[in-house]
Order: sequence, then structure tokens, then C-alpha cells
Amino acid sequence: MIDLRLLLAVAAGKSAGIASRMLRRGGGTTLPGVVAQRIDPQVLQKLTATLPRGVVLVSGTNGKTTTTRMIAAILADDGRTPLHNRAGANLMSGVTATALAGASLGGRTHAHIGLFETDEAAFPGIAAETAPRLVVLHNLFRDQLDRYGEVDTVAQGWRAALERLPATTTVLLNADDPAVAALGEGLSAKVRYYGLNDLRHASGAAAQIGDARFCRRCGAPYRYTALFYAHIGHYRCDSCGAMRPTPDYALERLDLHGTETTTLYLTFPGSAMEVHLPLPGLYNAINALAAIAACRELGVPASRIRATLERFDAAFGRIERVDAGGRPLLIALIKNPVGATETIRMLTDSLNVERSTKTLRGDTAAAETLQGNVSTGNIQPSTLLHLLILINDRYADGTDVSWLWDAEFERLAGHVAHATVGGTRAADMAVRLKYAGVEPERMTVADDPAEALDVALSRLPPGATLYALPTYTAMLDLRAELVRRRWARPFWED
Amino acid sequence: MTWQLRLAHLYPDHMNIYGDRGNIIALQQRCRWRGIACEVIPVGPGATIDWSDIDIAFFGGGQDSGQALIAEDFVERQGPALRAAIDAGLVMLAICGGYQLLGHYFLTHAGQRLPGIGALDVYTVGGKERLIGNVVVDVNPDISGAAFRLVGFENHSGRTYLGASVRPLGRVLVGHGNNGEDGTEGAVYRNTIGCYLHGSLLPKNPQLADHLIAMALRRRYGNVVRLAPLNDALELKAQQTMVERMLGKGRWRASRRKINQALNA
Repeated sequence: MIDLRLLLAVAAGKSAGIASRMLRRGGGTTLPGVVAQRIDPQVLQKLTATLPRGVVLVSGTNGKTTTTRMIAAILADDGRTPLHNRAGANLMSGVTATALAGASLGGRTHAHIGLFETDEAAFPGIAAETAPRLVVLHNLFRDQLDRYGEVDTVAQGWRAALERLPATTTVLLNADDPAVAALGEGLSAKVRYYGLNDLRHASGAAAQIGDARFCRRCGAPYRYTALFYAHIGHYRCDSCGAMRPTPDYALERLDLHGTETTTLYLTFPGSAMEVHLPLPGLYNAINALAAIAACRELGVPASRIRATLERFDAAFGRIERVDAGGRPLLIALIKNPVGATETIRMLTDSLNVERSTKTLRGDTAAAETLQGNVSTGNIQPSTLLHLLILINDRYADGTDVSWLWDAEFERLAGHVAHATVGGTRAADMAVRLKYAGVEPERMTVADDPAEALDVALSRLPPGATLYALPTYTAMLDLRAELVRRRWARPFWED
Repeated sequence: MTWQLRLAHLYPDHMNIYGDRGNIIALQQRCRWRGIACEVIPVGPGATIDWSDIDIAFFGGGQDSGQALIAEDFVERQGPALRAAIDAGLVMLAICGGYQLLGHYFLTHAGQRLPGIGALDVYTVGGKERLIGNVVVDVNPDISGAAFRLVGFENHSGRTYLGASVRPLGRVLVGHGNNGEDGTEGAVYRNTIGCYLHGSLLPKNPQLADHLIAMALRRRYGNVVRLAPLNDALELKAQQTMVERMLGKGRWRASRRKINQALNA
């Protein structure tokens, strides 16, 4: 039988998208979804039901965009390009708009499989509509408390959504995040875990901020035998015996190579894999681990997964290298305390690598090593960081900048050559750096992003890299400025 | 003589939401920059502490789950002694959940009455909608002897009402404040201040940070104490930027920038 309501919803949604693009009201990433849902509230359910290989949902506070993009690239290389909300519109309206864009006027989707990055708070609703065959829940940290509410509220929503999934669904959970791992207990759905087994990455000091340090079952504090960052690690509850599940997909060995690349050695049911990932940092390695686990669950051969990941480009602005008129600029998005702390750790660790090389080999040898590394592009020649930190408090960034105080900017003390601070909350960021132990003499406050970029570049000695740490809308501002100067491509070509 | 202060941080692992840790950082650094030794003592569940030995106490806000895990320990174990210390003039700052727990009780939206320690003559009633956003407060000049404006960010569902034996910290110029009805924000009793301001509060409101430090030093070392001034240019810029933005002086500039952006797009 023809579903007239659905056909009308699809036609109206698509028209709204076309009209919005013609009127240059933005890329039309959500409006078609809003319009179509008004006409047929079940439009997403009906459209995704026509996908022969079902729907994959990826959610989590940090890393969901990169993880989803990795899965999309692997599936595309495997000959099944997914219907994917690549532009990052990850609320119900955005996912609906993506489904509409991929559907014919007859209400049937062209792709075989749907892959949706899903906002944490929107996950329960989207899961109910799309009946996913695979769900990846990556981590749960405090993020934009003014919008999402507390971490526990999000976890409760996730738990209720997972309880409704049938035995034919697979749920992939991060074993190292107790708030996420605890969601796997007693579900009808098949549960698989992934986790990091390389204890060399445990940080010596306890992290300042954890959102799930207390047993999800009984409330007693977890005892950590290894803490990687925030509340991510190997934990058990001495009071009730709850503990980190043994991961099915285990990252047995992880080698970080400064701000450039990482090497992963992992084991999973029936096989093992080594991947040289062209992305830096612990969190990108964990993103890759989640993507590998998801693609194995979808039946992609290990050789295909590896080949795609070894030439993967990070999502726009997440970690991006730009040639700024002959000066290297590395952009790393910061948007919440845990992500910011990990980015800072990546930067300071890359300096430490360089310093320990120096002490070990003596100055002459170190100079040669450095020279060699610089010429191969591995290590930057400066031992202090040149930073451009841009903090906005627009809606998409979160209007509350309190999170700056939960991020461990203290790690930067003694490692900063100069920091240019910009954005709508530049002064708040400057205060944060001052109290973190960065001397005010090493800072310049320039609210306007173009001016901030000029100041930062004028302070940059030859050969050094400028590290830009923007919040989301500040990244868009910075990107626009780079495009204006013809140092970067416009993002719609991304 | 090196001055020394002992700073008690109540339940740092449970009550640490919205960057309230920044208040501890601010007190520590502003002491350090003046050569004042400042020791931070974390007070977790089950801890015993001699409150007469403490100069400043800080109690931040927490997630509902964090607050539920410590509320009983706080009321039963610390309540009577802390209330006596506050009566005797302990310098204390409590924010959000910590502020509510210093009051008489919190009446939840479901009608459950959760006891506080009754050190501040306030009570809180749970509301349906959260009160969220930037806040500007005109501080009551009686409190530190100076008039200034505080900036912060509120995010609370509880509505707090003040009794006769506390004074409001100030009047809300922007935001909801204690309850969104009477225009007040915070409560002050002797040397203890409770309020809803995250942000973090003390780093960008150095006048309040120094008021707490000065009160604590005077209690320990007598009235001879004068705080050495610091260069607060960055802090005051952060404060002033938000006061101007929220009170509208910056509005024309902001809208002109938007118009320019639209024209250039």
C-alpha cells in the first residue's frame, strides 16, 4: 500500500532543503528533517526500515565524529557506502534530514546501510526510531552541562534505550569507561566490549576530574589499577565486586609518536591486527579501536580495515594540519574538559619525548637526532609551545565556560613560549592560563580571530609549529579566516 | 613571619561539577603570589576534622548522584561541628549543592524533605525547570565594605528562600539568582557565603576571593593584616567583559559586528 503521508513528508522535506539552499540559509542539514517530521512523525522509522543492512549508531561525548568517519571510510572502501550524517548534524532532525537526502521521492533509501553519529541526549529517541543492528557507545564525560544536564541523566537515558533493543542487535561498549561498561549488564542485545590493555599509558597522577569514579551498582569508590585519563581505566569495586569487563577487542600495545602518528597492535576473536594510524594521541587510537571493533562486527575483513585506517584523514578541525603561508599550523578542537586535557597532554608529551631524547644522548647527538626528525617531519624544533587558544561561548560551544576550570591547563605551566588567546571568552581563558601557572607576560589577548591569528603568527619563530586549540564555533571562525587567506579549502569541499 | 592558612575542601571527589575546583585554585594562587602559605585539606566521606583548626572552608556543587552519596555523611558527621564553627565565624564559601546543604532543608519536586545542617537560615524547594544562564550580581556593599559586581553562571533547579538571620549576597542584575522571584542572589551569615555562582566564581571575581582571604587572615592574625595588592588586569577584564555584555553596553558593538559579517558573507 502506498503511504501517502510518508510521500508527502519526503517531498516537503526535500523541497525545504532545496529552498533553504537556494536562499543560502545554510547547508540545509536539519530543516528538511524538521519539516518532514511535522508531516509524518514516523518518517525516520519508515525510511531507515528500507535499509537492507540496517542502521549503525555511534554515540559518546568525545570521539564520535572521528570514529563514525573511520567506520564510514572503511565501509565505503568495502563497497558499501553508508548513508552517513557526515556534516555532523546529529540530533533527530539532522539524522532525519540525512535519511531524506538519501531517499527517493518514493520513500526508499538508495544506500544499503545507515551510519549515524548520534548526539548523547538524542540517542534514546533515535535508537527507538531506527532499530539499530549495531550500537557503539564510546564514553561519557561532562560536556555542556547547560544543555545536556548531568552525566547521570544521559546514562539513564542510554540504559533505558539499550534495554529495549532485541537479541539481534549488537551493543559495543568501551570496557574502560565504567559509566558505559555498566550499561551492558543484563541486556537482551548481544554485548561486546573494547578496551586498552597497554598499562604503560596509565597516568601517574590521579586525574583531577572524573564523572564516574563511584561504582554504578553500589556507590563505593572504584579502585583503579590503571587510570588512563579522566575516569577511563582498569577499575574494580572492592565493595560489590563489579569490575571492568574483559574486552573482546583488546588494544594490547599502543605506541604514540608525538603529534604525528600512532601504532596499534590489537587482538580480537579469531585474529590480531597491527595498524599504523596517521593520527596522533591516545584518544584517536581509542577511536580507531572502536571503529575496528564496529567494522569487524559488520563483517569487514581485517585487511580492508587496516588499509583504510592507514590513510585516514581526521574529521574537519578535530586534528588538522594547515600550511599557514609557509608556517605549520596544527588545529585541534577542544570542547570539553576531558578532550581539552587529552589534547594538552598530547602536546606536552610530544615535548617530553624530545627532551628525554636530549638528556639520554647528550647535546650533540640530540641536535643530530632533532635535525633528522625535523627533516622527516617527526618532531618540531622548539622545546616550548606556541599556542593560539580560541574560546567562544555561543550555543554550539556551550554558554557556560566553567569547564575551562575542569580541564588541566596546569600541564602547560613551564611549557609555553607564547599563548595568544582569543574568542568571545578570551579574557576568561587568559585568567585560566594565568592561574594554571602560565605567566601573563607570555600571553596576548586578542578577541577577534583574525587579529589573534596575526598576533600568533607574528610571534612564531621560523621552523616552529603553531598549535591552535579552538572551541567548535571558534574553529569555524578560524577556518573561515584561513579560507579567506587561501590557506585552507572551504569546508563544504571537505 | 609567614602567614599560613588552612583551607578545607569538602568532598572534592563528589562535589566537583561546573568547574568549582577553580575556586580552590584561585584561593591557593592568590595566597602563593603574596607569600602566604596555603594548605588544602580534602574532606571526604568518613573524614574527621577539627573545624577550629580551619581558616577557610569550600563546598562546591555536585551531580545529583554525587550529592546523594555524601549528603548523609555531611549532615550526620560534619553537621553539628561545622555549624558551631560557622556560628563562631569560620570563613566559608558554598556553591549550589553545597549552599543548599548548609540550609535547613531541600524539599524535592516529589515532596521529599532532605535535611541540611541549618547553618544558614535558608531553605530550598525543587523546581521543575532549571534556571540556567549568565548572572551579574550587584554585591551588597556592607559585606566587604566595597561595592562591586560579580559575574558567574547559574545552573540549578532548586529555589532558595532566605530567612531573617541571613542577608542576601547581592541583587541580581541579570539572571535568576536564589529563586527567580525576589531578585536576590546568595546568602551571607557572619563570615559564611552561599550562592549559585559557577564560572568559576573566584578567579574572575578577585574582590570576593581577596575578601575571603582577608577575613581568614584577620581571624587568625588580628586586625593588623593588610593584603598586598596584586595585578588583576586580566581578572578584571574577564569580569568587566561579561558585566558589559550582559548589561548591554556591548550590545551595539556585537550587533554591528553581526551586520558586518552578514554583509561580508
